[in-house]
This record gives sequence, C-alpha cells and structure tokens, in this order.
Amino acid sequence: MLSLERRQVDSRLMEYLSPVLALMLTIITGFLIFLGLDRDPVEGLRLFFIVPISDAVGVAELGLKAAPLLLCAAGLTICYRAKIWNIGAEGHFLMGAVGATIAALQFGEGTGFWILPVVLLAGIACGALWSAIAAFLKTHFHCNEILTTIMLNYIALNLLLYAVHGPLKDPYGFSFPQSAMFGDAALLPMLIPGTRLHIGLLFALLAAVAVGVLFARTFIGFQLKVLGEDEKAAEFAGFPRKRLIWFAFLVAGGMAGLAGAAEVTGPIGQLIPQVSPGYGYTAIIVVFLGRMRAIGLILASALLALTFLGGEMMQIGMNLPKAMTGLFQGLLLFYLLTCDAFIHYRIRLTRKHVTASAGTNTPLATQES
Amino acid sequence: MTAAARLRLEHIVKEYPGCRANDGIDLTVAPGEIHALLGENGAGKSTLMKVIYGVIQPDEGTLYWDGEKLTLQGPAHARQLGIGMVFQHFSLFETLTVAENIALGLPASEARDRKKLEQRIRDVSTHYGMALDPRRHVHSLSTGERQRVEIVRCLIQDSRLLILDEPTSVLTPQEVADLFRTLRQLASEGCSILFISHKLQEVRDLCHHATVLRNGKVTGECDPTETSTDAIARLMVGDETPLSTDVPPATPGAPLLEVSGLSYASDDPFGTALRDITMELRAGEIVGIAGVAGNGQDELLRALSGEYKAAANQVRFDGQAVGQMGPDARRRAGIAVVPEERLGRGAVPDMSLVDNTLLTASAQGMVSKGWVAYRKVREYAARVRDRFQVKSDGVEATARSLSGGNLQKFIIGREALQAPKLLVASHPTWGVDVGSAVAIHQVLVELRDKGAAVLLISEDLDELFELCTRMGALCGGRLSPLVPTESLSIEQLGQWMAGDFADAAGEVNHAVA
Repeated sequence: MLSLERRQVDSRLMEYLSPVLALMLTIITGFLIFLGLDRDPVEGLRLFFIVPISDAVGVAELGLKAAPLLLCAAGLTICYRAKIWNIGAEGHFLMGAVGATIAALQFGEGTGFWILPVVLLAGIACGALWSAIAAFLKTHFHCNEILTTIMLNYIALNLLLYAVHGPLKDPYGFSFPQSAMFGDAALLPMLIPGTRLHIGLLFALLAAVAVGVLFARTFIGFQLKVLGEDEKAAEFAGFPRKRLIWFAFLVAGGMAGLAGAAEVTGPIGQLIPQVSPGYGYTAIIVVFLGRMRAIGLILASALLALTFLGGEMMQIGMNLPKAMTGLFQGLLLFYLLTCDAFIHYRIRLTRKHVTASAGTNTPLATQES
Repeated sequence: MTAAARLRLEHIVKEYPGCRANDGIDLTVAPGEIHALLGENGAGKSTLMKVIYGVIQPDEGTLYWDGEKLTLQGPAHARQLGIGMVFQHFSLFETLTVAENIALGLPASEARDRKKLEQRIRDVSTHYGMALDPRRHVHSLSTGERQRVEIVRCLIQDSRLLILDEPTSVLTPQEVADLFRTLRQLASEGCSILFISHKLQEVRDLCHHATVLRNGKVTGECDPTETSTDAIARLMVGDETPLSTDVPPATPGAPLLEVSGLSYASDDPFGTALRDITMELRAGEIVGIAGVAGNGQDELLRALSGEYKAAANQVRFDGQAVGQMGPDARRRAGIAVVPEERLGRGAVPDMSLVDNTLLTASAQGMVSKGWVAYRKVREYAARVRDRFQVKSDGVEATARSLSGGNLQKFIIGREALQAPKLLVASHPTWGVDVGSAVAIHQVLVELRDKGAAVLLISEDLDELFELCTRMGALCGGRLSPLVPTESLSIEQLGQWMAGDFADAAGEVNHAVA
C-alpha cells in the first residue's frame, strides 16, 4: 500500500526539483492535449515553446512581457514571505497605469527630462495607494486580504474602463475607448534599438535583486519572514506587525504600479482597456514557481512570459484559441502545487500487519476476572 | 500472584523513521497491581502505551491478555476487552454534560437510557470517593474533576486495566492525595493500574512495582517502596547525568521589579483574567509561582514581557515605569522572557538556530541601520551552543530538529547571554530530560548569583521548592502572598493553588482584593 508520510526534514532537493518536474509534466500533458485536439503534438509544442524565441525580436518580446511579470512578482514575494496573501497585483498594476496616464496627459507634448520620472512616480503612488486600502482594511478591521484584494482588482478594472470611456478618453480618438498618445518626453527609452524592449526590464531586474537582498541581509526582511513563519514568535519578539503589513502592501503596490506605468509609457504609449493580459494574476504563479528567490523569479517570469507569446502563436499557427495561454499556466501551477507536496511528504510503501493469531480476536469483555 | 498475568508484553518493537521508540520491551502486570512505567520524555513510554491501547501496531512482539495471545484491532477493541485509558490531555467536550460525555464512549444500547446511566455514574463515583454530578457541564469543572470524568468513563466500561498517563501533572497536592486513595481502592478490588510518570516520589508512594525505560529499552525493574529515589533516577537517566543542582542560599538585594494592582482581562475567551496582581522582586533572588496551568500564568508572562500592555505605573522595573512598553523596549531595559511554548513562540520551528538567535538577541549589536551582521549572529549562536552544551547539527540546524531539552537550553542560553536583569521563565523544564533540566536549573541559579532577579513560573513543585527563595501560587488570575520557601508548607501551597487564600490575609496584607 502507498501512503504519504511527513518527512522529518523538508527536502531541499525537492524544493528546487519541483518546478522542473512541474514543467516536464506540463509539457507531457500539453503533448496529450494537442493529440486530443487532432494537432501534431511535436509541432504544437515547438510553436508554443520554441518558435516565439527563435530570433532576436522574439527574445526582446519575451523580455517585454517578462518585465511586468517580474516587477509584480517581486512585490508579491514580499507579501507572501510574510504570508500576506495579496492577490491584488492586477489591481495595483491597472491603477498604476491609470495614474501614469493622468500624469502623462498633463504634459502633452511638453519636453523635460523630469517628465518621465514624474509620470512613473505617479504610477508607483497610485499602485501603492490602491494597495493601502487593503492594508488599512487588514490592520484595522482584520479583513481577509485575499477577498479585499480580489474585489479591489475588479473595482480597479472598472475605474480603468470608466477612465478610458470618460475623463481620459482621447477627444480626437474617434470615440475609441482609449487615451491620447503620450508625448515623447513621457515615454520610456528603448533598451535595444529596433525592438520594443524598453528599460522597464532593468527596473524589474533591479526589483528582483532588491527583494533578494531584502530577505538575505536586512532586519526588516527577517522580521517579515518571522511574521510569515510564526506569528506568535513575531509577537513574542515584539516585531511591529502592523508596520510590517503596511510595508509589504505598499512596496508590492508600488512595484506593480510601476509595472503598470511602464506598460503605458513603454510599448503601448497610451492607456487602453486591455493594458494587462492578466500580468498581476500570472505573477502569482511566477512567485511560487520562482521559489521566492531572485534568480528563480527571473527564470519563472521568463517562462510565464513565454506562455503569453506561445498563446499568440497558437492563434496564428494552429488555429487554436488564446485560452491556450491560460491552460498552460493553469497546468503549470497545478503540477507545481502537486509536486510541492513532496517537499514536506514522501511516499512510503507500507506493508499491512496481519499477524496470524487464531481464536484470540473474539471480544472477551463479558469474562469476569 | 495468580496464574495468568492480566497483561504481558513480550519483546515489543516499534520503529519510527530515524528512531527505534520501543526496542524489545517486556512487561508484566498482575491483577490488582499498581505498576509504574517510569522514564524520561522520549524513553518510549507513550509509544508503549499506544501499543497497549491498540492505537498503533507493534512491528514485532506479542501481547498476552489474561494469558491469551492478543492482536488489538484498535482502541475500541481494547476498551471492549476492558483496557481503559486516561490521557494526559483530556478528550472531553466542554459544552456537554458529564453524562453526555460518558455516553459518547458507550455502545448505543447503554447510552440510550440516560436516567440509568446517570445513576450508574453516581454509583461508581461515590463508591470510589470521586464526587461527580452527571448533569454538570464539563466547562464548569475543575481540572481535577475533569480527570474524574475520564476515570469514571473507564470504570463504567468495567475496565480491568486502567492506564493513566502522567495523571498528577495537572493536579494540586490535595487532589493528588484524593486520586491515590481512589486508585488504591480500585487496585484492592482487582483492577490493574498502569501508572505512567516521571515523578519518583509519587511512584514510591503509590506503586507496587516499577518498570524503568530508557531509550526504548527496559533498564530495570524494582519495588519502588524499597528502592531509593536516587537509585530509580539512575535507572532512568543513566550514569553520566547529574541528578540535581546544588543551590547555595540566595542574597537578595534591592527591589527590581514592582507590579502593583495589575489587572488584565484576556483577549482570549478561554483565557484567565489577571486580578489585582501585586508583587515585588529583588535582585539576586528566584521567586517561584506555582499553580495548575491555565490559572493566569500565560497572561502574567505576557504582562511582564510586554506582549500585553498595562498602565505605565502598574509595572515598574529598575526605577522605570515600563507598563506601556512593548516587548522590544522591555528587552532593551533588561527583561528577558522564556515562554512556555518553545516551538512556535520562543523559537520559530522551521528557522535555523542562527535566525532564532536574531529573533530576540538583535539588540546585541547584530543589526546596524537595518542591516543584519550575520557573522555576529552566527558567532552568538555558536557561543550559546557551546556554553550551554546544546546538541545540534551545527548552528544552521532548524529549531524543530532539536530535542525539547536541547532547544530549551538554547532558548534559555540565548536570553541568559544577554545578561538580563530579570529573567521570567515559564515551565522551563516541562518535558525536558533530567540532564537538561539540571543544566537549566544551573543557568537560573547562576543568573541569580550574578545579581539578576528570576521569576520562575512552574507546575513542578519539586523544582520550585529546590530553587526558589520565595514562592506563592496563582489561581484564577489571583496571586497568593509570596513567602520565603523555608516557611512554606506543601499543604499551605496546595490550598493557595486551589484558590483558598483565606488564612493568608492576615499574614501579608496585600493578599487578596
């Protein structure tokens, strides 16, 4: 008989092996799905995972998609290490995009090197402000942050839609729900000429490294870890619980807000309703797949960025819906969580104890001594 | 002795991953015998008990019940045979009555007729001198009364072997005396009793025969009434471990901690409110607070550590009003605390000893401008480890991987090395092996001799009488007077533990509000 047994010590090996295993299982399942859909599975997988990054432009596109994922994931890592289950990166991202747009539109075609920093700061501030609502609700009313942040995501989306249909709508835009194009001074410089890759990727890499350093070297990072591991110990040590929660929410909000700002000031250049294909949600997968460590986050954000590109290739090359992106992301998370069980548990073969003991199994309760 | 033993175990082996909990144990219990099973934590007592009660199956070995070979299918089967068990932590529903709780363990046919059952409960409890009202709700019962419910529950099922796991740890001395009277009567009527304990004096008072375990093996059998406590203790701990601490007399100095009129309503609905606590601690003395757990000990600890805040002047320390300070500020002022839960409060289970050092010792120059100097943290952790002989797989080992005694030595060492002026320790040797307990006692005495005040909150009366300069008891959130240990009788302390402060009022005027 097979049984799951708690390990004496968590498996370090499994902690790092689990994402790799999950990816392999995802590919195998993808193979079977292509078979089931009557498509050539090898060609399908090649289109999904390899073709998108087979040239320089493709790699640049990968970086373009990985940057917002990585920024959101870096912020979420701070929350998740402290076991604050902030699901609100999507909302922070959208509000960051709206905030940056409001700022950018004030400057029109104006020039000045300070315009871009102001626009980005406006995005960071709006993301952090949006996050602050959930922080306030958690620290003052003990509201569960999972619920509040999800709800705030929908509110943020509707605010964005209101903005592009109303106050921020381009007056010369033929009534399309989108803002005016930003002036050049409000756009991010390019990283590689000839591609769409902008310096937002540098922000993201910097954020990932900063989060790594935060947890490896600083006392506040340590306090956040203790808060996540063992709230009673944090209380016993006298760590400032509320301040730590505020810190995690504000930094996560600011980073996701910056990601939103970098999206409208980068490849898009204006605010549109589809500014995010779900970066804030996908970033959650990045955090867990990347084991909440800087290098891991960078690799995982690249992989998840690939699923967005792969999904587009499916539409073009295989006549399959874009939902393939969500399907592969979901599979990946599902297998990751499954494999993660083996960090704490292991499978053990147990033999059933059947001792031959004839005649003694009958209850003897009625006998008197 | 009759021909067939009530219970006989032959070469019981039970192996867990990484540990052979029972390693070939033989045990024989005669009818009507009170048999002690002695051993330190981790010696394999609990595992053996679970084997006898059918909770787990042994890997090897055979059980004989009344001379017949037996394979237990589970606890229900064991109960059916007449094996009853009283666990250390009671399994009672607080919102149900005594009779309802007992009915839950009975076959439907017997449980249905509530009137008859209540009568049986009354009969059994009066017969054995354990007053018990079947209609009372369990939440209104004292710990001692709850234990009676557990015992009556076994007796009503005609138990012929009663297993008691550390039954006295939750009782006042008077309640212990009552329990022993009941157990002796039971034994005289032919019921066998397996009494699991590590308190030698009790075993000598009560038991006819003792089996001693160490590291999963039987290290000796003896007649406890004729064997000295020291000789039994040697069987339990082996030859190398010192058995007790030398405690030279204390020389108390100036008052250090003053608590006055401290009341605190607990946030926890099942907590105990502190009521008008007033006490004074002097430098260079160990003050003990006895009492059954759950009488406000945890609240008192939190009020002193700063986890609960009081009015500034209700807690004064070293001439400073600290009542409004949080744990961090109080630690900087010189108050160190060792909480009762060592895993999951005193230490973070899945973090390394290095990280757990940083948890409370960060003020020892380990953090500058928000950056952690991990080299210093590691050095400090290594110092704690060497100085207090913490057995661990390096300082990067997780707190969870240490045994209870070693982790406690680490936690106390971590606090002691910070040279606190006051150390508050709650149940510091609970569940700790004798060797570690002696080492922990030595640390407390050393701190005292260096001029620190030590507040020792404990359930272990032997420990308190051995170490304390002055002591009292906490009951229902109220504190008895703290009197010099040599002038305190165990009877008096027992009364205080039961909340009877009546005759104390004249002795010390701040006794009771």
